[in-house]
Amino acid sequence: MGGNSPCASCKLLRRRCAKDCIFAPYFPSDDPHKFAMVHKVFGASNVSKMLQELPVQQRADAVSSLVYEANARVRDPVYGCVGAISYLQNQVSQLQMQLAMAQAEIVCIQMQPAPQISLDQMVDDKSSFLHNHHFNFASSSLSTNVNICDSLNRDNIFGDIIS
Amino acid sequence: MSSGRCAACRYLRRKCTEDCILSPYFPSNNPQRFVSVHRIYGASNVSKLLLRLPIHVRAEAADSLYFEAQCRLEDPVHGCVGLVFMLQQQIQAAESQLVKTRVQIAVMKSQAQHPQPREAESSFNNPFLRHFDNDANLSFSNQISSGFI
Repeated sequence: MGGNSPCASCKLLRRRCAKDCIFAPYFPSDDPHKFAMVHKVFGASNVSKMLQELPVQQRADAVSSLVYEANARVRDPVYGCVGAISYLQNQVSQLQMQLAMAQAEIVCIQMQPAPQISLDQMVDDKSSFLHNHHFNFASSSLSTNVNICDSLNRDNIFGDIIS
Repeated sequence: MSSGRCAACRYLRRKCTEDCILSPYFPSNNPQRFVSVHRIYGASNVSKLLLRLPIHVRAEAADSLYFEAQCRLEDPVHGCVGLVFMLQQQIQAAESQLVKTRVQIAVMKSQAQHPQPREAESSFNNPFLRHFDNDANLSFSNQISSGFI
């Protein structure tokens, strides 16, 4: 890469682009803007030092993040990347709040009493019982049966919540 | 007023003038703050950056530079961009969870409004119940009084 045409950094710095130029693999000559941003914010010598301290396989990622930060700083000279972090943290908080509210709504729905269970269903559940037993119930016995169903159903609902 | 140098000038071993651009933001009692910023950006880049800003926002700018420098020192590959990616992932996960939860709510509400077909089916098939009307109070009593049961 640094053989014939100088890389973007050496072009900007107006120096000879050596074969082992540390910038050449990451700042090709066809994208001068990329290095210009990084140089403006961090300075070429700082970037060179940072890259030299890293293993070769991690340098591409480091350059990407430096370019990202440099662009953020140029767009927002006061907050730079921190502005984006702050914005994203806000979004996370809002979403977590919405999620908590939605989960609370599920609990509320689960706690609501079941829709008025029609006698059909109650009788269906107990029909075999009634069929096999004496049928001469007084109406007071009937209301007792109804109350037992209600409390059983209520217990089931709370059991689900506790579990 | 003070003969003491700011952290920047002390580190750079130079005279700290009255109009030193760095001294309000890099006090001598916190030398590490300047060291971190200097290692990543360099003193002259920081000075240039602060000079370009109005005075009332320079403190915030210095704070954000320090934050980013610290992130970069802790993670030389990703710097604070690692935080950005992590937050973006958290947002995606939270959005996905929120959609699932809202679907669950819609299903539960729908089930609450439209009870299950088992009820209708059983009442249809059960000869016991076929003659009943929907008035729960009436139907069973009627059954008793009419001797059905």
